[in-house]
Amino acid sequence: MSKKHFSWGKVYLALVFIILYAPIVYLVVFSFSAGKTMEKYHGFSFQHYADLFADSRMITIVINTMIVALLASLIATIVGTMGALLIKGSHRKWRNALLSLNNVLMVSPDVIIGASFLIFFTMLGVRLGFASVLLSHIAFCIPIVVLMVLPKLNELSPTLVDAAYDLGASRWQSLSRVVLPAIAPGIFAGYFMALTYSLDDFAVTFFVTGNGFSTLSVEIYSRARQGINLEINALSTLMFIVSLLLVIGYYFISKHAGRRNRIVTVKEGDAQ
Amino acid sequence: MRQKAFFAVPYALWIILFVVAPLVLIFYQSFFNIDGQFTLGNYANYLTSSVYLKMTVDSVWYAFLITLVTLVISYPTAYVLNRLPNKQFWLLLVILPTWINLLLKTYAFIGLFSQAGTINQFLRFVGLGSHQLLFTDASFMFVAAYIEIPFMVLPIFNSLAEINPSLINASKDLGANDWQTFTKVIWPLSLPGVKAGIQAVFIPSLSLFMITRLIGGNRVITLGTAIEEHFLTTQNWGMGSTIGVILILAMFIVMAVTGDRRKKKGGVRR
Amino acid sequence: MKKLLSAFIGILILCLLLAGGDYALNRHNNGSSRKTVTIYNWGDYIDPALITKFEHQTGYHVDYETFDSNESMLTKIRQGGTNYDLVIPSEYTVQRMRREHLIAPLDHRKLPNMRYLDKQFLNRSFDPGNHYSVPYFWGTLGIIYNDQKIKGADVQHWRQLWNPRLKNNLMLIDSARDVFAIALITQGKSVNTTNYGQLKSAQGKLKQLTPNVKAIIADEMKMYMERGEAAVGVTYSGDAREMMSVNHHLHYVVPSEGSNIWFDNMVIPKSARNKAAAYKFINFMLEPKNAAQNARYVGYATPNWKAKQLLPKKVTSNRAFYPPKQTMKHLQTYRDLPLHVLGEYNDLFLEFKMFAK
Repeated sequence: MSKKHFSWGKVYLALVFIILYAPIVYLVVFSFSAGKTMEKYHGFSFQHYADLFADSRMITIVINTMIVALLASLIATIVGTMGALLIKGSHRKWRNALLSLNNVLMVSPDVIIGASFLIFFTMLGVRLGFASVLLSHIAFCIPIVVLMVLPKLNELSPTLVDAAYDLGASRWQSLSRVVLPAIAPGIFAGYFMALTYSLDDFAVTFFVTGNGFSTLSVEIYSRARQGINLEINALSTLMFIVSLLLVIGYYFISKHAGRRNRIVTVKEGDAQ
Repeated sequence: MRQKAFFAVPYALWIILFVVAPLVLIFYQSFFNIDGQFTLGNYANYLTSSVYLKMTVDSVWYAFLITLVTLVISYPTAYVLNRLPNKQFWLLLVILPTWINLLLKTYAFIGLFSQAGTINQFLRFVGLGSHQLLFTDASFMFVAAYIEIPFMVLPIFNSLAEINPSLINASKDLGANDWQTFTKVIWPLSLPGVKAGIQAVFIPSLSLFMITRLIGGNRVITLGTAIEEHFLTTQNWGMGSTIGVILILAMFIVMAVTGDRRKKKGGVRR
Repeated sequence: MKKLLSAFIGILILCLLLAGGDYALNRHNNGSSRKTVTIYNWGDYIDPALITKFEHQTGYHVDYETFDSNESMLTKIRQGGTNYDLVIPSEYTVQRMRREHLIAPLDHRKLPNMRYLDKQFLNRSFDPGNHYSVPYFWGTLGIIYNDQKIKGADVQHWRQLWNPRLKNNLMLIDSARDVFAIALITQGKSVNTTNYGQLKSAQGKLKQLTPNVKAIIADEMKMYMERGEAAVGVTYSGDAREMMSVNHHLHYVVPSEGSNIWFDNMVIPKSARNKAAAYKFINFMLEPKNAAQNARYVGYATPNWKAKQLLPKKVTSNRAFYPPKQTMKHLQTYRDLPLHVLGEYNDLFLEFKMFAK
């Protein structure tokens, strides 16, 4: 009986995946169209890929986008995890207030965030460009990290931490040996969601960028008036394939490393 | 104690510089009219205008519906994912589509949903005839839910993964059927994840704007759209900020509601 | 912990590799530290080959930055923080930038190629004497229709949009000024009216249009019309050209009773750092050969008469994009209105959209 239940679940999951990937398949298919728009398929061609590789400005923009996204998400994840620890550790009265403040940037429309950051940066005299974009991305990625990490912290049984202390662990040891490993899935989730936010942001980046620095979203949105070229589809296809390969690669590495780790832990345990 | 303070610094700094400071700025601006004079008129205008009140009700209603649809799709997804071998890998595959630019994906949806599009071609092929899919509430909500699904799946998945399987076995040993096990054991234990998911979906949905135009054809207008317009087209930052303040207030209310529930539960448990 | 740490280090390494790639790429591009000229324009609104040509000819390095709307560009320039040497706003924004003292007057002696500009596109009300701006492209607001869904004779004039036969088959552009222009012209009023009564009555007229309105959208209208989602759309000539090149059943009409004529213009902000290069660039773009090449790439109508002669006859004889003198006479430009009037336009438009179901 449970077997039958399982297969229905798989059918459902397959359906969800079909929906999730349908628009992407659509984009990928048209990246190979010989035509100029996504209106009608005009036969197979690599033309848009050739255009893309000849467009060094676009390649620079892609690299910029990826550096900002990877780095901003990383820093946001660190700060956000600290924030989640802080919120968790604070008095109940403060907890909700802090959490609400945390969510302000999630509810504020991008124009408001962008405009106020722009005012803020020009007031401080920060040169608009890579630094200001990076700072803003860190800023609006932090709340989602907190939201992803906090439930894991709430599930963490306090007795576990107490036990660590009882066994003579220092604050840092209990954090690095007990708390962080336990909330790691939340941290990873936070990182990936931050990456999503950062890659997708247009409005905030638009306002705080300058001096020749641009990201992919700004470029794509500003092309909308002239009609988005299929070169962008080709680019998205490549980015999609690369991230797919990274995900698969990560999976194999972690599977491998996971096995080794387990052995190491056992050995450490033996030593103690 | 010092160590704790050290942890607090970056986050506190972030709150002060990037949350409180813009918040003060928005609040301050909401008291100025288009000519830069101090006024309470923006709030009066908001509270007496049928346009804004309807917009507020619409925004909350649609955000609620979107959250509901997302939850209904995401919970079973997270549940099934959790039972797969290599579940982390499959989870990453759920997130992967979000890294493709949203505007492009929306254009792809236009291509799929339009009358000459793939879905209608399929419907005609099956003999169901073509249908108007775009510019309907259904398609708008579908695309909005599409965007939000990973934000809901992730926290639910994480809290489901945390559930100790022995609890489920124990429940079954005690004679509970699948449904009882789910309602009495799994669902309550996954509630923190569900709450986090609701916060991550409902709050941003209040200020959705781009797909309201692209997919909804401006048939649904949310507070986010109005703010966009006031900040850019009308250059009436005062009114835009006022609506921003309202949105933030709405968010505080949502937070208070979810927070209260948690407190009550804790009380019962004790 | 180990997993977290290795992920952390892995991401850092990836960033370093990317930064290295970026450095290598740009060193390859820039060569030495040449002087830079920063251009602020709509995305994909210039032939990239012309930028390269300009760089080769003059030795400057061009930073090309993009914006998606006049309004967001204006917010950015007003706030400062970056210095753009050349910006390409639409005409009503030129007027506002001038009023807010954001742009510098032009020295026409440095722009000898202005002689190639057609007189009828100069000395317009938004910038008398072209003291501040040089037209880049121009176009109109008009009606695009699909001949498989409706006869051309049924959509030659604005008032025909109210025809009940178009029920749920009309797409409007999401812009208060443009939608009000339709009603105002139909009622014989100026598209620049500041009279609240006239606006209110125009809104009343628009409300009668709601049964026909299928959607109120922006750039994505191209995609919708190309796929035949609606019979009729109100759009700009530039977009129309794009749509027609994809779907041959589409046709574009500029109603002869009048419409809007718009201009995108080159201006030099006061905060520009490299004005000399900006002048060189404007002059370079006015060079007939370059202007023609750009018009072929972008597909909009050029104000450069010499360049127009270099374009294929098929393009320049198309009356939809280079309308006859008779229609040209009835075209009005938008003037930048006082902010509170603009607020009225937008509030009334918002109300129209809110209740247009």
